[in-house]
Amino acid sequence: MDASDSRTVKLTTEQDVVSARQAVRQLCQELGFSLVEQTKTVTAASELARNTVTHGGGGEMRLQVVRNGTRRGVRLTFEDRGPGMPDIEKAMSDGWSSGDGLGMGLSGARRLVNEFEIESQPGEGTRVSIARWK
Amino acid sequence: MSKARTTTASILKSHEKELVADWQKELASAGSASDVRIGERALHAQMSEFIGLLRDAAQHGDLVDVDRTAWQPMRQFLQEVSRSRVAQGFTSEQTALFIFSFKKPLFVRLRKELGDDPETLAAETWAATQLLDRMALLAMRSYQQSREEVIVRQQEEMLELSTPVVKLWDGVLGLPMIGTLDSARTQVVMETLLQRIVETGAEIAIIDITGVPTVDTQVAQHLLKTVAAIRLMGADCIISGVRPQIAQTIVHLGVDLHDVTTKATLADALALALQRSGWTVERSSGQTR
Repeated sequence: MDASDSRTVKLTTEQDVVSARQAVRQLCQELGFSLVEQTKTVTAASELARNTVTHGGGGEMRLQVVRNGTRRGVRLTFEDRGPGMPDIEKAMSDGWSSGDGLGMGLSGARRLVNEFEIESQPGEGTRVSIARWK
Repeated sequence: MSKARTTTASILKSHEKELVADWQKELASAGSASDVRIGERALHAQMSEFIGLLRDAAQHGDLVDVDRTAWQPMRQFLQEVSRSRVAQGFTSEQTALFIFSFKKPLFVRLRKELGDDPETLAAETWAATQLLDRMALLAMRSYQQSREEVIVRQQEEMLELSTPVVKLWDGVLGLPMIGTLDSARTQVVMETLLQRIVETGAEIAIIDITGVPTVDTQVAQHLLKTVAAIRLMGADCIISGVRPQIAQTIVHLGVDLHDVTTKATLADALALALQRSGWTVERSSGQTR
């Protein structure tokens, strides 16, 4: 599996979440994702980008086109230097929210993509990496 | 310094015409004077006014301290100029260049007058360059401000434009949502919709999300809150425009929209609303599709 075409989108305000969504949608369209695949990937990106902005205090999203043999896909990495999560298990469970949201963002995003990795150190930040294959 | 100050002021006074002419030439060589957006006469008037204000301020006040009251007319003038430059579609560079291009004519003039007194010349040139830099920064700030005002106004206009509540039938309101559904938009939507429900006595409101490209948990939460508020008012709400890809995404996200009546299209939602309020629609006989 090799990665190429990497670019980043800064995430500091709510408006940046919209830019992130548009960047992801455009990339998915270029790769020929179906409408359902596009919508799922964009929605997952929207959740994670918003988490980066509201909980992580801002950060960035990296977009990559990844290949595995003949398969192609997108990998999105969200990184922030925020407070991090003390209990990832809990954060990943349905309905648990540290803010006033529905508490479905993180767990929902995992169900919308093929690969989902999360690393978080309290006080150091959070890194979420997702991939969706065509 | 008092001698130097009066020197600049007196140069500005006695050589105003030559300075304006040189300034215009300088601007022209930078390719910014012969612009159709601003007439030669208007530009000429602005230059004369700038020099006049600079002279007045230099006579009364310190050349360096721009924040003092003596500079108030100048600050106002720069604001107006920047504002008009924004309206005429000039770039920020062109706006700054208007001020910066005055440096050369002024310095040339200073050298001619003070050529035999290098110390005063150096001091005066330094004071003038600092001053003009400040003027340009001031103009830049006003330029930026005007641009931001335009953006804020457009955002507000967009908010209002994008939330029209329309009457679809007696007792049925429709609200076509377009674009991103963030907290600010939801607030406006909720307010206008609830207000219209009171005004019209409508029993059913249809929110159409065909124009909302992404429905994530935040959008879903905003929709749920709006629906709850509408119900508290004694009305009912139908959400239409749930496309296949949105439906699948919502299911995977795990958002529970069971309590909300949803329809694929606005037409379906209207049909349901009519049925619920006891209307029947009939095709008159003899007509075929």
